[in-house]
Amino acid sequence: MKYFSQLKAALFLAGLLPLLRLGWYGYSGQLGANPIEFITRSLGTWTLVLLLITLSITPLRKLSGWPWLIKLRRMAGLFAFFYALLHFITYIWLDQFFDLNAIIKDVIKRPFITIGFAAFILLIPLAITSTNAMMKRLGGKRWQQLHRLVYLSAIFAVVHYWWLVKKDITQPLIYAVILTALLGYRVLKQSLAAK
Amino acid sequence: MLIKKPDDIKSSEITDKRLYQSRREFMGITARSLGAVAAGMVAPGLLMASNEAEAIATAKLGGLRKSAFSTSETLTPYRDVTSYNNFYEFGTDKYSPAQLAGTLNPQPWTITVEGEVKHKKTYDIDALLKLAPLEERIYRLRCVEGWSMVIPWAGFPLSELITQVEPNGNAKFVEFVSLHDPIQMPGQRSNVLDWPYVEGLRMDEAMHPLAILAVGLYGEVLPNQNGAPVRLVTPWKYGFKNAKSIVKIRFTSTPTTSSWMKTNPNEYGFFANVNPTVDHPRWSQARERRIGEFLKRDTLMFNGYAEQVAHLYNGMDLRKYF
Repeated sequence: MKYFSQLKAALFLAGLLPLLRLGWYGYSGQLGANPIEFITRSLGTWTLVLLLITLSITPLRKLSGWPWLIKLRRMAGLFAFFYALLHFITYIWLDQFFDLNAIIKDVIKRPFITIGFAAFILLIPLAITSTNAMMKRLGGKRWQQLHRLVYLSAIFAVVHYWWLVKKDITQPLIYAVILTALLGYRVLKQSLAAK
Repeated sequence: MLIKKPDDIKSSEITDKRLYQSRREFMGITARSLGAVAAGMVAPGLLMASNEAEAIATAKLGGLRKSAFSTSETLTPYRDVTSYNNFYEFGTDKYSPAQLAGTLNPQPWTITVEGEVKHKKTYDIDALLKLAPLEERIYRLRCVEGWSMVIPWAGFPLSELITQVEPNGNAKFVEFVSLHDPIQMPGQRSNVLDWPYVEGLRMDEAMHPLAILAVGLYGEVLPNQNGAPVRLVTPWKYGFKNAKSIVKIRFTSTPTTSSWMKTNPNEYGFFANVNPTVDHPRWSQARERRIGEFLKRDTLMFNGYAEQVAHLYNGMDLRKYF
């Protein structure tokens, strides 16, 4: 692909837009009556979106026949982790204000927090082993096996959203359907390959 | 999304009248709707056309009496009280009622009183407004979701109405039914709740002097998104108990199964008293975020009204009757 590095740079900047947008809203007083809730939800939503984008790169590459797409996957995945980390920091800092007692209780007692926390924890080793050096050290096969944790993390993330909603599950359902399609594609491919 | 037929757009003159009343108000609402659009970007599926100009209600309510029940805590800004609302009749997003409630027409309006009562009757909203002297009641409002506000309501004690219609001996509970009209309330086109919205109180709760029918806030007629033209306010209970845009008050011998109880009986009970010691199954109720404050504060038993209402629940297991 001719302009790949330009495309990658543009996508990198695009990946920062959700954060810049929050900064702008904060600056111009547009975060609404409950800014902490707004920030938390926005960061959570973008984590989910980026996780799904990351998971869609492999199927897209296969379907489109554009091999260069794979070279964007790490960046997408790291952006997903970046927003997950900000989402997590928002929770422990802005929402709970480092009240460790309350946080521990929350993580243990509230299923939607437990599973969200698990989804985040699962992403940490993937972010750490995302470098070329780590890939080499682990070896391609082991690295790939480890990075299949992203499937579990994405499932947990969608369930996290689903369980937190009071009643209207339209939004989590949209994410669940897309995730099911993306994971279904892989299951289908696996079972076809096995035959 | 609401698609208006030309016949439906007869409220244009109302809009105009309200518009010229306060241009600044309009600008404020526009700014608010920008915020709502921002919220819509976070949840793209919820982004709907706004009708903000119609959501304005600025008519003043004069001569409100002060009340000893009012708190002296800092008021939640008008802007927040009228832009951050749970009113599923206008969408499940908290910013959408302020955008979409313009389709609600609170005038003319009637409230029918029926059931186990001597004087079954239908009140016109204008008659209801004159039923008793209006008071200002500055109450805390605690949402089951874990946030709270301090709101200067205008209204009168529910007991005034109850006394006037004289419930009979079978009347043990009061049921409140909100408007069911998917044209005026576009959120009702989704069956997210079992419409109409229904809530209920035990008779002694309904007769309690803290329970009011609110017709305004901040000295003005109730904005549509806050439940115009008349809503219930029971400050010691979670916010969802306070039925909005009430069209029917029914006296019954058995407790109502409220809309939220039907939706999820394990999470929402009939009493729904604010109680920091009984958690919602999915989140803690021990603390709350007061809108406008950074740090969470402790939630108080019965939302700080224990002195007034605790005796209503003597001997009851509040864990069981949540």
